[in-house]
Amino acid sequence: MIEIKQLHKYFGALHVLQGIDLNVSKGEVLSIIGSSGSGKSTLLYCINGLEDIQQGEVLVDGTTVHDQKTNINKLRQKLGMVFQQWNSFPHLTALENVALAPKIVKNFSRDQAKSIAEKQLKHVGLGDKLDAYPSALSGGQQQRLAIARALAMEPEYMLFDEATSALDPELVGEVLDTMRLLADEGMTMICVTHEMGFSRDVSDRVAYFHQGVMEEVGPPEQIFSAPQSVHTQKFLANVR
Amino acid sequence: MDYNFHWRPVFRKIPELLEAGLLTLEVAVISMILGITIGLGLALLRMKGPTPLRQIATTWVEIARNTPALFQLFFFGFGLGAFGLHLSPYLIVLAGLTFNNAGYLAENFRGGFLAVPDTQIRAARSLGMTAAQTYIRIIIPQVLRIVYHPMTNQMVWAVLMSSLGMLVGFRELSGETQFFASKTYRIFEYFAVTAIIYYVIVKIILLASNFAARRLFRY
Repeated sequence: MIEIKQLHKYFGALHVLQGIDLNVSKGEVLSIIGSSGSGKSTLLYCINGLEDIQQGEVLVDGTTVHDQKTNINKLRQKLGMVFQQWNSFPHLTALENVALAPKIVKNFSRDQAKSIAEKQLKHVGLGDKLDAYPSALSGGQQQRLAIARALAMEPEYMLFDEATSALDPELVGEVLDTMRLLADEGMTMICVTHEMGFSRDVSDRVAYFHQGVMEEVGPPEQIFSAPQSVHTQKFLANVR
Repeated sequence: MDYNFHWRPVFRKIPELLEAGLLTLEVAVISMILGITIGLGLALLRMKGPTPLRQIATTWVEIARNTPALFQLFFFGFGLGAFGLHLSPYLIVLAGLTFNNAGYLAENFRGGFLAVPDTQIRAARSLGMTAAQTYIRIIIPQVLRIVYHPMTNQMVWAVLMSSLGMLVGFRELSGETQFFASKTYRIFEYFAVTAIIYYVIVKIILLASNFAARRLFRY
């Protein structure tokens, strides 16, 4: 379970997260929507400790993320992350991209790491691209590669930071299909997204962020059909 | 034209010249290996080091780039000599070239590091890699590709720069040539043949570098 308690985050004078309280249980799919600059992505970075926080607490399965004593590298193995700019490692083949972390972080043997990587690349539909370098893959394929790379660490949670925002429109579908597949398999997911259709169909809950505040959170039917906050109403009226 | 070319004495010394050429190559290669290692350190210090170390690194880079390479050699020869520290000609040239290589390469490396997006670090760290693993497995391999051709240039430059060694009494290729030329007065002939040897050494380095690049960087 991920617990976020009264989380405050500043970039200099900018108060980007203003007291967020949010719990995500095992098996849940949570979508976070809201306009750019509302702090959604920053929240994800706070969950896996890529950003520090100024106040409050983030707990992953009871471990405090921002505690000096926490072995953050160990904790991150539980938290797979997929980025907007897919960030594949350009100097490694698809197989090496996925096999590297199991090998050097989890100390798996070369063969073990390779078979994990093959399995995950097949999982996301890239079984025929094992030896391709990222430069030879489309944006959608690179994003699926990034998903396979995160899955190879056998995380318990997956964090998606606008995984489809940088993709050409015709490539969005294949990535969303992969994310749906994971959700169907019972993966716990937090998806920062601008894909309203996806968040409505796949999420158990949807959270709406506005200027560093979580304005409302609830089941998708409620958020999309009967939003309570004025900001949510305005936002949804604009994206529809 | 009054000058008569006499090539025979030069040709007789070609084995000695080639041997001196190997010495040139040796000192250039070692100074590059040391220069790459130190240059990498200087680049990291300039980007992330604590203030005093960052200033030392910056000073090193600026002196290496803003003064003649010859003076840098003289510093390790006559400069240290004035303080009673006498290095052998070999060490003077090795130290001078290493100093110069490290300074130039540090700037290339710094540019290389800045060219790798920060998001690569985030992606690697999000997988649980330590900072060291991220640098060694993800960042530095990409930097090495970016700086590969500037690095080849520096290697060529190191070979040519080593000819300054003859001014501190080092019998590398130029020193050896000067030695024979002054004994026989066939100055033009000796230096013409030596120029060809330099040309061939550099040509081999460039061919080897291109060959290695094709094997190393398949992406």
